[in-house]
Amino acid sequence: MFCKKSTLVTFLFSIALLFATASASYSQDAAEGESLFKNNCAACHNTSDETLVGPGLKGISERRPIEWIVSWVHNPQAMIASGDKYANDLYNKFNKAAMTPYPNFTEGQIKGIVAYIDAANAAPAAPAAGAAPAAGAAPATAPSSGGMMELLLVGLLIIMVLVLIALLSIVNTLSKLSGSEANASGKPFFQSLSENAKSLAANSAVKTGVIVLALLLGGKATIDAAYGVGIHQGYAPEQPIKFSHKLHAGEYQINCNYCHTGVYEGKGANVPSANICMNCHNAIKRESPEIQKIYSALEKNEPIQWVRVHNLPDLAYFNHSQHTNVGALECKSCHGEVEKMEVVEQRSSLTMGWCIDCHRQTDVNAKGNAYYDKLVEVHNKDSKTPLKVQNIGGLECSKCHY
Amino acid sequence: MENSNKRYWKGIEELTNEPSFVKNIHNEFGNMPTENDSKGESLVDGSATHRRDFLKMLGFGVAAVSLAACESPVKNTIPYLNKPEDVEPTIANWYASTYSDGGEYASILVKTREGRPIKIEGNKSSSVSKGVLSGRAQASVLSLYDNEKLKGPQVGGKSADWAQLDKEFTAKLAAAAAKGGQIRIVSNSILSPTTKKVIAEFTAKYPTTQHVVYDANPAYGLTQAHGGILPNIDFSQAKTIVSIGADFLGSWIAPAEFAAQWAVTRKVGSAKDGKKTMSRHFQFESILSNTGANADYRSTYKPSQEGLVALSLHNAVAKLSGAASISGANIKLDHLDKAATDLVASKGASIIVSGSNDPEVQKIIAATNSLVGAYGTTINTGLAVHYRQGNDMAMSSFIKEAAAGSIAAVIFYNANPVYNHPMGAALAAALPKIGLSLATNDRADETASLCQFIAPDSHYLESWNDAEPKAGFYSLTQPTISTIFKTRQAQSSFLTWAGLASDFASYLESNWEKNILKGGAVAWKNALHDGVFEPNAVNISAASPSVDVAASAAAINKSYSASSTNLEIAVYEKVGLGTGSQANNPWLQEFPEPVSKACWDNYAAISQPTATKLKLAQGDLVEVSAKGYKVTLPVLVQPGQAQDTIAIAIGYGRAKAGKSADGVGVNAYPFISEINGACVGINTQGVTITPTGETKDIAQTQTHHTVMARQAVVQETVLGSFVKDPLSGRYNPQISTAEGKKDATDISLWNGHKYNNHAWGMVIDLNTCTGCSACVISCSAENNVPVVGRQEVINRREMHWMRIDRYYSSDAEVEDLKGLEIASDNPEVVFQPMLCQHCNNAPCETVCPVLATTHSSEGLNQMTYNRCIGTRYCANNCPYKVRRFNWFRYFQTDDFDFHFNNDLGRMVINPDVTVRSRGVMEKCSMCVQRIQAGKLEAKKEKRRPVDGEIQMACAQSCPTNAITFGDMNDPSSEISKLLEVEKEGRAYHVIEEINVKPNVSYLMKVRNKDSKKEA
Repeated sequence: MFCKKSTLVTFLFSIALLFATASASYSQDAAEGESLFKNNCAACHNTSDETLVGPGLKGISERRPIEWIVSWVHNPQAMIASGDKYANDLYNKFNKAAMTPYPNFTEGQIKGIVAYIDAANAAPAAPAAGAAPAAGAAPATAPSSGGMMELLLVGLLIIMVLVLIALLSIVNTLSKLSGSEANASGKPFFQSLSENAKSLAANSAVKTGVIVLALLLGGKATIDAAYGVGIHQGYAPEQPIKFSHKLHAGEYQINCNYCHTGVYEGKGANVPSANICMNCHNAIKRESPEIQKIYSALEKNEPIQWVRVHNLPDLAYFNHSQHTNVGALECKSCHGEVEKMEVVEQRSSLTMGWCIDCHRQTDVNAKGNAYYDKLVEVHNKDSKTPLKVQNIGGLECSKCHY
Repeated sequence: MENSNKRYWKGIEELTNEPSFVKNIHNEFGNMPTENDSKGESLVDGSATHRRDFLKMLGFGVAAVSLAACESPVKNTIPYLNKPEDVEPTIANWYASTYSDGGEYASILVKTREGRPIKIEGNKSSSVSKGVLSGRAQASVLSLYDNEKLKGPQVGGKSADWAQLDKEFTAKLAAAAAKGGQIRIVSNSILSPTTKKVIAEFTAKYPTTQHVVYDANPAYGLTQAHGGILPNIDFSQAKTIVSIGADFLGSWIAPAEFAAQWAVTRKVGSAKDGKKTMSRHFQFESILSNTGANADYRSTYKPSQEGLVALSLHNAVAKLSGAASISGANIKLDHLDKAATDLVASKGASIIVSGSNDPEVQKIIAATNSLVGAYGTTINTGLAVHYRQGNDMAMSSFIKEAAAGSIAAVIFYNANPVYNHPMGAALAAALPKIGLSLATNDRADETASLCQFIAPDSHYLESWNDAEPKAGFYSLTQPTISTIFKTRQAQSSFLTWAGLASDFASYLESNWEKNILKGGAVAWKNALHDGVFEPNAVNISAASPSVDVAASAAAINKSYSASSTNLEIAVYEKVGLGTGSQANNPWLQEFPEPVSKACWDNYAAISQPTATKLKLAQGDLVEVSAKGYKVTLPVLVQPGQAQDTIAIAIGYGRAKAGKSADGVGVNAYPFISEINGACVGINTQGVTITPTGETKDIAQTQTHHTVMARQAVVQETVLGSFVKDPLSGRYNPQISTAEGKKDATDISLWNGHKYNNHAWGMVIDLNTCTGCSACVISCSAENNVPVVGRQEVINRREMHWMRIDRYYSSDAEVEDLKGLEIASDNPEVVFQPMLCQHCNNAPCETVCPVLATTHSSEGLNQMTYNRCIGTRYCANNCPYKVRRFNWFRYFQTDDFDFHFNNDLGRMVINPDVTVRSRGVMEKCSMCVQRIQAGKLEAKKEKRRPVDGEIQMACAQSCPTNAITFGDMNDPSSEISKLLEVEKEGRAYHVIEEINVKPNVSYLMKVRNKDSKKEA
């Protein structure tokens, strides 16, 4: 838990840093307002009328005069104390949780933010859409990609059959033209076609060819299918709670390690416990039905049963910290761009071949690690290429199987 | 070995080339499991599958597999709701705690994964147990997951809840107390000072309470001889050790602790300035004990002579040191006079111990110890040891009172006297006469099932507790898992019944703050973290107990006889199972006893001449009777045992302990006699042995996995020769070539391996290996080694990755072919731990058709289970016979009902090691999971691994440090330094002549004898 606290502190500290750098840059432009909004306000406010921690800000320029907004942003507590009715109503409506004051914002910067909010609402296709519509769209698109593929294949098949018929009819026409004297009887097209087919089928060479081809194709299909058994690349199961990595890791750029606490320390990266969710969600979006599921799990004392996406067989030992901490690999090297995934899917095949390929190609992250000093020295004596994982036993059985 | 003029053999069947032995010697795996065609038999006896059934199963299997392959099951991942601060899944947590069972003690570290304790290791912070553990302490983690413990309290044999039990029990107790009825608490030795305080609170509430303490294998005689305390014994100070029937390396009082001390005196070095002195160890005994097997000089006496042997030794020592001798028959024993001479010569560094529980014998021993100056040096009466507090007189008078009906209420605090007291049957008969009875035992065992109430105590890994193994040395127990069943720790129960707050954790803490830590420099949390608190320096007292030797001698002359032709019984404790408190632990049941190599049974061990005289053979079922108690058990022919003596082990014959224990062996406690007021494990009158005409196989592993007809397996010498030449006794195999004779290791087909990083290796010192086999249990716990059961052991299919080969050697000359075929009456014994030797030219690697066993760049011979197709070629080609084949799915099949076929038992499985499935080969991996984990830790901290940071399970559990593991590429490591010294001395490879270049080396055994010819 201590390490979690420290990550929380780091997280807050980095927000504060962002704020400091943001306030230093000065612009009246709505574009600059956008960056200010995203860095400082977006954690609690939506540009739409949807409530996050604080109220949605759509139409704020119409609701309140700009002077009121400026003094509220500079010091909300003072406004409440002064007895301003709107300020006090707002304060009470949000359970007496006051907004963080931003005394360093200039009037121009605040106007820029307001201009950005207006612009965002004026353009309906603006990318700053809330999380909810995106989450709703995701399940619709995810299965469609599989359907599309099938549709494409069926289409291709139809086209090929048409091409075949066209070709056959051309052959037929041509043979009719060339052999009109010999075959004057002029059989109808389909009859001659079936005769041709019969003579073809009677030809033993063709027969053998077809059988061999069928066996080869069948064999290949079987082998491919057999290799595919147990590979779940693209597996994107529906989770009990529609958690969006795109929102949390992508938009809010929360570090993976904030929730997956074991990723630099242990064998497992760990699916976060509900108390980690509660670090933020005891304040943010409490009323969302998805987040209510966490609350009810906590109340009923029934753990959330997430669906495992990445499954390694028990016979393979994989340790995250060896790869993330020692090897300094990025999470996305294996997990793909999780920050763009609405629903997490397995991007890599997780087969042994995939592991081995990487161990063949990857340089050992030996710099500054005294463990490897001697190994690098010995390696460099005989070789010009950098030290690869395979050079230090990365392909050996009992690195992963024991 | 070739030049030592000895013949080594593992069992009598090998010595005499019995047909059964010859038949199996080339048969790696015993019989194939499919050959038995009798229907309805269980899998392990031989499968009853027919060809057609097989084809049906095959068809169904293929269909099922292809269907299952279409859709893989959804796996869930279930995180905590509210993760505890200090638990990080997949990262082990270690807690310091204390193991105590009866009087056994060890300060331990408990490894937990995701909240489950999975491994117990020694805590080096303790100066009492110094990080050593017995096999039983290692195995105790499996007892935690015993599904046959009580799931909650019972009232009148029916499940109840705690409130009901407390209400009814306290009402009846108060009623009994109000009438002035006598209340007794019966327990084994209690090491915990706070528990004693809790019992005192209970006694204060019910003043008619008396606490009766007894021990299943008592040391009452020794405490009586020392004014009621057990003195501290330190073998590490001794130059001459004489033991009269005390198996101090195997089962006597605190064997692991004593073995560590003993080993200090047995280490030698081959270097010029190396240590060339050893203690000399004499053993006189009736059975061939684990300690006797390690002695330099050994001879046998009949149990009826025991007291007189002590007297004779006393007189021999008295004669040499000019003291008065005492009257008594003089027993002529080989080496007895030599022992006396050595004892007197090394005065001040001598010790005599006796395993007898007869107070009069112990008094004579104490007197002899005074004569050789043991007090203040090897024996310290200034430091009271609490391992045994039992009072045999008090216990037998309790049973007599109970029989007379004068006890109103009794509480059995984790004691099972109906089973493990010689008068158990009398107590069972008397129990209904006691108005109120309660047991806190963890299961409805022989005693608890006769009680009206059972208030099951929690396992020690679920409990708070403390211990004071020696006066002023404290130690804490903390829970490492919340209670699995609805149990409550007994201390909380006592507090509840005494009308106090039942929270024992706070009671313990406040007692420590007030009475133990006393606001000193060490805080409660630090003490809990360290597990031990040792505030005081050891007080050494040279005071020897005052003994009325004449009175003791008179008593001894009455109870013992110099020459008896009677058949006698010697009752002894086994190294593995001990007193039977953990009998339902399959790891302990399958533990091959160091000397007899038998498991899953006890037996009537007799010597070869006695067997010949009685016309008995190994495996004959006999009825042994004495004092009107009869048991039927098989005969085991044991070389080195006294004539006309039947040795039977306690700890077996449980009736209500659980599936693994019930009906295994027979109960030998009733054979124990009362001599001079104490329970003495001998029976000398009216013993009969009658063959029943039937036979029963004993699951004995001694000739399994035989290293056949090879030469340099065991190498040994005697100290006298070793001092002159460290290479004496070493056998250096030579091979004839065209260019003359060459060292076997100079000729090779292979290019060898290059180890740039690590070169893991192991050195095993045969001189300090006592054969105690704690490593076997540790290895099983660490590596998920399956338990296969009695029948499968008989089928030669035990799975232990590590076996301790026990060799006897004949004393006949090599030319004396007739003599060689006779089992020695008193053979020398060598123990040799045998595990995968991780050969650099590994024969197994070259024959595997699928490359499932390969060599790593760190010197390990790797076994890849998921690649193995089970041809078993590797095991055939292994010269050391260390590979094991999985004939069955041991972890899922109900035929293997040994805790691992249920979810609770499987909680002990180490998640970092694959559970092997049927059809694959397995063997020692040199704990590769520990190597990998240690390397990862070093890499994370950007440094090289420190020597000693990576430890094998076997090396870490060895009480005598006989196993050294480390990186042979690191010149500063202990193993490199050791090999540097010993490679021109004691170090050798087993079967060096075949030049497989193992990474495991052995250090030759050195016996402290004057010459090789002495037995």
